Amino acid sequence: MKKAGGKTALKRSKEEDEEQNQIFNFNRKPADEDKDDDLSDSEDSVYSGLEDSGSDSEEEEGSDDNDDKMKEKKEGEVSEEKKKHEYEHDSSDEEDIRNTVGNIPMEWYKDFPHIGYNLDGKKIYKPIRNKDELDDFLDKMENPEYWRTVHDKQTGSDIVLSDDQVELVNRLQRGQFGDVNFNEYEPMVEFFSSDVMIHPVTNRPADKRSFIPSLTEKEKVSKLVHAIKMGWIKPRRVEDDGRGRYYNLWASEDSSILARHKMHLPAPKIPLPGHHESYNPPPEYLFTDEERALWEQQDPADRKLPFVPRKYSSLRQVPAFSQFIHERFERCLDLYLCPRQRKMRVNVNPEDLIPQLPKPKDLQPFPTTRSLVYRGHSGLVRSISVSPSGQWLASGSDDGSVRFWEVCSSRCMKTVQVGGAVKSVAWNPNPSVCLLAVALDSVVLILSPSLADKQVILSSERLLSAQQEGEEPAEGNGSVVWSEAEGEELNQGLRLKIQHPKAVHQVVWHAKGDYLASVMPDNTSHLQVYIHQLSRRRSQNPFSRNKGLVQCISFHPIRPYFFVATQRSIRIYNLVKQEMTKKLQTNSKWISSMAVHPGGDHVICGSYDCKLSWFDLDLSTKPYKMLRHHKKAVRGVAYHRLYPLFASASDDGSVIVCHGTVYNDLLQNPLIVPVKVLRGHVMTHDLGVLDVTFHPTQPWVFSSGADSTICLFT
Amino acid sequence: MGGLQKKKFERGSATNYITRNRARKKLQLSLPDFRRLCILKGIYPHEPKHKKKVNKGSTAPRTFYLLKDIRFLLHEPIVGKFREYKIFVRKLKKAYGKTEWSAVERLRENKPTYKLDHIIKERYPTFIDALRDIDDALCMCFLFSTFARTGKCHVQTIQLCRRLTVEWMNYVIASRSLRKVFLSIKGIYYQAEVMGQLITWVVPYQFSHDHPVDVDYRVMATFTELYTTLLGFVSFRLYSSLNLVYPPKLDSNGESEPKEESEDDYAMNSESYLEKLSALSASLARVVSSADEEEAQLDQFPSEGEDMEKMEAREKELKQQEAQKKLFEGLKFYLNREVPRESLAFVIRCFGGQVSWDKSVCIGSTYDVTDETITHQIIDRPSVGKQYINRYYIQPQWLYDCVNAKILLPVEDYFLGVTLPPHLSPFVEEKEGDYVPPEKLKMMALQRGEKPGNEQEEDEEEEEEEGEQEEEEEQEEDDNGDEEDDEEEVAEEKNLKKMEEQRSQGKSLHVKVTPGKLKVENKARLEQEEKAEEKRLAIMMMKKKEKYLYDKIMFGKKRKVREANKLAAKRKAHDDSEKAKKKKARK
Repeated sequence: MKKAGGKTALKRSKEEDEEQNQIFNFNRKPADEDKDDDLSDSEDSVYSGLEDSGSDSEEEEGSDDNDDKMKEKKEGEVSEEKKKHEYEHDSSDEEDIRNTVGNIPMEWYKDFPHIGYNLDGKKIYKPIRNKDELDDFLDKMENPEYWRTVHDKQTGSDIVLSDDQVELVNRLQRGQFGDVNFNEYEPMVEFFSSDVMIHPVTNRPADKRSFIPSLTEKEKVSKLVHAIKMGWIKPRRVEDDGRGRYYNLWASEDSSILARHKMHLPAPKIPLPGHHESYNPPPEYLFTDEERALWEQQDPADRKLPFVPRKYSSLRQVPAFSQFIHERFERCLDLYLCPRQRKMRVNVNPEDLIPQLPKPKDLQPFPTTRSLVYRGHSGLVRSISVSPSGQWLASGSDDGSVRFWEVCSSRCMKTVQVGGAVKSVAWNPNPSVCLLAVALDSVVLILSPSLADKQVILSSERLLSAQQEGEEPAEGNGSVVWSEAEGEELNQGLRLKIQHPKAVHQVVWHAKGDYLASVMPDNTSHLQVYIHQLSRRRSQNPFSRNKGLVQCISFHPIRPYFFVATQRSIRIYNLVKQEMTKKLQTNSKWISSMAVHPGGDHVICGSYDCKLSWFDLDLSTKPYKMLRHHKKAVRGVAYHRLYPLFASASDDGSVIVCHGTVYNDLLQNPLIVPVKVLRGHVMTHDLGVLDVTFHPTQPWVFSSGADSTICLFT
Repeated sequence: MGGLQKKKFERGSATNYITRNRARKKLQLSLPDFRRLCILKGIYPHEPKHKKKVNKGSTAPRTFYLLKDIRFLLHEPIVGKFREYKIFVRKLKKAYGKTEWSAVERLRENKPTYKLDHIIKERYPTFIDALRDIDDALCMCFLFSTFARTGKCHVQTIQLCRRLTVEWMNYVIASRSLRKVFLSIKGIYYQAEVMGQLITWVVPYQFSHDHPVDVDYRVMATFTELYTTLLGFVSFRLYSSLNLVYPPKLDSNGESEPKEESEDDYAMNSESYLEKLSALSASLARVVSSADEEEAQLDQFPSEGEDMEKMEAREKELKQQEAQKKLFEGLKFYLNREVPRESLAFVIRCFGGQVSWDKSVCIGSTYDVTDETITHQIIDRPSVGKQYINRYYIQPQWLYDCVNAKILLPVEDYFLGVTLPPHLSPFVEEKEGDYVPPEKLKMMALQRGEKPGNEQEEDEEEEEEEGEQEEEEEQEEDDNGDEEDDEEEVAEEKNLKKMEEQRSQGKSLHVKVTPGKLKVENKARLEQEEKAEEKRLAIMMMKKKEKYLYDKIMFGKKRKVREANKLAAKRKAHDDSEKAKKKKARK
């Protein structure tokens, strides 16, 4: 029973303990609220045991009687204490701590007989008998106080709450103050009010310093004054809202415009939008699938339109344009980063660019239509030549034959098989003889076609035979061999053979008909040109030095000059003085052909790089005019003997006839007008027209082509 | 010997230019400040003729400014302000670092600012100069006024831009100077004629922008700074030229006053003022309250006979313009809530119409839907609930098309749910040989006063015309081709002959009754041929330079023709497919 009594006592003490706890807790509450601290923090401080005051005092008291019945004693003391100074005590967050284990889960002491240690370090033992579930149940059923019984885990004892305590708990749960007598709605007393009072708020007499000027203040003020004087401190600026306040800026428009403004280039305006940009464009402005794919593939800089035209059926469906800010930004960049330049737009009418030339109609006569075709050759017709009378035409072809045609009827009068591809034919320009020079392989043949008056034939025979009587040849150049034709060849009209050391490419007559020159192009030696004299059967090499690959040669029609065209230039030699008089620069890559004006002052020269250059020998060594009429290499050029015409034949299958008037007046430049493009040859093996020559008296032009025909244009 | 050795790059063009970096150092400015200065002063780089010489022999890519320009900048007071600002920022940073808040406050109060008035005056010495250059300013301000206040730029700037654009629109309404409008996919283009200057600006559609990251907003803001100043001064001048009060005030005794009862829906009078202005529905107050200022009759100066025609043409044009200004006079519009209110109200008011909207859409509505006198209701939805019998329900494109056509177009094509006719750009002026969309032809016919007859006939006619055009074009092309490549000349000549034969046959259809004429034509053809050949020959004789230029021009022309043909072909294909569809539908 005693034990039981003790137990109850203990229980009570616990109760009180709890109560105290509560009260302390309650006391702590407002402070907590004020501080607005973390709750767990304060709890920590509660259980940390480092608190002073209450616990200390308790300790002192507890240390006085340190016997076994400590609990009872303590209980009594505590109750006394409680009565004495429950509220006197300052309400710091205190806890009377009997168990010093701290805020730990009490299960840790489950297996021990004790439950912790008191302040003296003595074990606190658990109550002897633990309640089991059954006890608990029975208690619940039987004990009317059960609902107000609280189990204290720290001491392992049950505490029954008193009525006051229950009331307190209820109050706290309702959120009310723990003290019943505390009035939380007390009327506020205003310390400062609108009413003027007679007495001062405080009764303190005024300081002395409130009567005398302050030295420190003076010092500060003087500093400021100094700063203001020195301009270190500026007066507070008046808030002038400059932005958004506008006035008539151009009230006095002075006309004095700075030089800058004259030079100023205003930025070009943004181009205005076209139909493409409409939200509802006509259907043709929309992209097809291919166009769209192309647009997407293209680099943004290459695109013609910076956007894809779109069609929306109504205005409300039009979305925002995502590039809008970009475009404005680009414009800004253009405005301040782009160099500006005045660009003169070429605003010319293209028709004005076309030069005003005399009409071809006014420049007649010139050949206009293809009137005759001479067929018979079976290979390329390399070269043609017209007899000085204009009645006969000789042609040499790759098929190894030389044919003679009657010009007017296009009949082939005679065919001479010479046994080799004919490179060049040339009719003796002397009308009193009838001879033809033919170049093939390394031989130059002199033919007497006997297509003329008897007298002429006779005179030509005489010329040849006279040479025969002359004397023994073979002086000077041993490399050239003159020989007579014999037998069958004689019947064909072959008279003389001039054997050269190398392949002969071209043969030309002097205007008088006694001399002829032949070309053996060879880059390596000076033996490229021979001049032969027919009457004396003599040959000589006029040049002792190699000046480059000789392309073609020509005699001056009147004076003793000799034209030699090398690859890029034309040299003019004076045959009498035996010196070079001029060197013409053609500005072309590779000369193909050359012709000398019958007046002798002008030269035209065709080249493989499609150019035709006209030289005025009196004017300059540079071409007076470069004509780029042909699309392909120029193969042959020719002057007309009487009419102011010249023609050029090219690989593109055309013969271009130009009018080229040469004035006697030295001050007037020659007038060159293309008058007709003649076409009649078929392109074969990428070759078109190979040679061109004019009729000596009529404004007719002959052309020989790679298609083994010869055409006459009248 | 003797004399000093000449040093390189000490005279000539090398001394006339200065690189950007050197200019920056000379002005003692940071790059952003230099950029800002260039923007404000309108200084732009120059491309020297001989870059290598100017660059002292180096070929590195550099930006060059004219030394004169930079010297000119040296005396600019704004440069001093920039330096002050730099110092201000430094001081402020220091004060922040030392947490001297009073100093911060004081510094902030004394924040250096600058004005651009003198720069405007200097860049645009006369008012007309300023007006000429105002396109970009308007575009930029309209763009900035649509920005959300999200920190891309200062809120004040946005507000100022909004204010200025509203003022501009009000001016255009008051002066009735709007000429053309164009709904593009980018935004709405407007063109106004102010004091004889054509001014074009573009307004984005009313959506929030998704701000791109690769745009430097500082540059844009600097431009805007300049542009707002410019626009403000121009507005002031324009308002004063019309005797309007500036800053604009709503006319208190105007007949179309906004309803007063709606006032209390909005916060404060002062706050809603700009909004009321931007409603564009009320007229503005004038300095001199002139009852009706009569347009001064233009004096006619009798002039010589040759000018008479010009005079007449000009008079006619003037008359037309006057008529256009009164295009919507007497019409009463009501805007549904789904149409772009501001744009439509602006356009309608510019041409003298009356306009209103639901009062919940915007402040400043003048009458309700129920008003019986409304003639047109602008609507952009497939159907409408309650329809009033005495008004047209039309789609917004009608208004814009009317403005561009300068006449009231028939409303049938623009009714609810009808497929709209294409909206054409009014800025395109077709020259000879350009492709003209058939809609434009139709519109031109309407303008001439012709009644839209049987459409099919017209179409056919057009097609015929087009066909002829094409033929001609092709012929031209052929001609050109001949000139260019001689080697193809034979083939082309044949082609040409064939073509000519075809043409002669085609043309002689109506001539064929008289057999004797054939020869005459032949002669003409011969002549033509001769001429063509002459031209070809003449072209052969052209100088190299001129030939190049000529070829270039001809190439450009051909390309144009090709493009026009392509468009025409596309259109034809489209029309054919449409027709086929229609036929199918009929069957």
